[in-house]
Amino acid sequence: MNWTSRRELLCQLGRLTLAGLGAPLLGAVLKGCKTLEAVSDVGAQIGEATGVLNEEQAQSVRKSGKAVARSFEDFTPEQEYYIGRTVGAIILEKYPPYNDRRANTYINTMGQTLALFSDMPETFGGYHFLIQDSDEINALSAPGGLVFITRGMLRCCPDETAVAAVLAHEIGHVTHKHGLQAIKKSRITSALTTLGVEGAKSFGGKELAQLTETFEASITDITHTLITSGYSRAFEGQADQAAVQILRRVGYDPNGLVEMLQQMKTRLKPGRNDFASTHPTPDSRIREIQPYIGTYAPVKTVKARQVRFNKALKKV
Amino acid sequence: MRAYPLMAALLAVSLLLVGVAATTSAAESMSVQVKSGSIRTSPSFLAKIVAQVQYGDRVAVLSQSNGWAEVKIASSGLQGWIHASALTTEKIELRAGEGNVAQSASSDELALAGKGFNAQVEKEYKAKNPKVSFAWVDKMEKMTVSDETIREFIQIGGLKTPGGAP
Repeated sequence: MNWTSRRELLCQLGRLTLAGLGAPLLGAVLKGCKTLEAVSDVGAQIGEATGVLNEEQAQSVRKSGKAVARSFEDFTPEQEYYIGRTVGAIILEKYPPYNDRRANTYINTMGQTLALFSDMPETFGGYHFLIQDSDEINALSAPGGLVFITRGMLRCCPDETAVAAVLAHEIGHVTHKHGLQAIKKSRITSALTTLGVEGAKSFGGKELAQLTETFEASITDITHTLITSGYSRAFEGQADQAAVQILRRVGYDPNGLVEMLQQMKTRLKPGRNDFASTHPTPDSRIREIQPYIGTYAPVKTVKARQVRFNKALKKV
Repeated sequence: MRAYPLMAALLAVSLLLVGVAATTSAAESMSVQVKSGSIRTSPSFLAKIVAQVQYGDRVAVLSQSNGWAEVKIASSGLQGWIHASALTTEKIELRAGEGNVAQSASSDELALAGKGFNAQVEKEYKAKNPKVSFAWVDKMEKMTVSDETIREFIQIGGLKTPGGAP
């Protein structure tokens, strides 16, 4: 049995077992199968192009890969991390950082706690949070887990639960890799081809220049989506659902998300280049998330949370 | 009644298949895909840390539970738990340009990690875009929170008690 059919058998067996047992780790194994399919095709193309593989060998590699599944999923966590760093730097060009150590420590402690309860608690560089010095009502996240929230948004939050809802929504965008999905497919193909060439040959300045161009274009795809056009309604819905799930797991009342949206409704001014221009209306988000939360009931005040919330964010 | 022998045979075959798959996954060797990770005494982020692992380190998966993997570190033999999102089935080659495609493609791995969008690409990007500042991104990455602080935050806030998930 050659390696291809053996690998396929393992994938099949994995699927069978997964169906039977629902084992989460096997899910990770299966993801590996899918990635391998995409990678082997790219490998075949590159091998052929660089003369490392002859046509017959390239065919056999390609055959093993089935259909090409080049997508955002082919980025490794390490690449996601480097994309996220630059996206973060661009987000910081839009709004400067708010340099209040106590407030940022509070946001990081809360955010990192929430991330631990998410579906993707581990990312290459970890989750990090920062307040931005702007009156605009906004929150943004970069791939890999850099999360930003403006002072304007924090002022919309009556309590800790509402802040947790905003951060959990952004963590939802990260775990669903929405940022990476904003990158145009052609760039992913281009990146995979270039980095494959790097593997086939010794590293050259030409490949680095090509890769950097693709990198810049990918960053623009993401930041344009984040700052100007906004994610699709479906992605916002997914992030809201992830937020509800995380809030429940941590022990926050998911009605905090509804209350945050109600506050936003009264404060958002149409026509501004902030949350209002890149998100569905608070009303429609409340409508869509309500089935996952149940009938609205006011969030009960927990004294210890309110005390630390007021203390940490008093200057915000 | 005539269907029983067939059903029994099917059942036996599927049990065998499940058995094979379970054995295969239990022995799966995986790589750490995060910059650095912690191996803990039990499947919880607040459990005591046994060892640290670095990007590319190999571990053998012994068992798994609720999104966590019980692993044995290949280099040291130390055992403990790590969240499965920190692991990948792919073998990670840290140094670019090593090996060749012909060889990697005929073994069942074509390792891509450490290549592509990496520190070198970021450096090139910075040279082309000197006005984009990474100072605060670097500062953000240093904003880490200790297990102890998270434990306190959960306890004082009356949130879910640690232990179990996460």
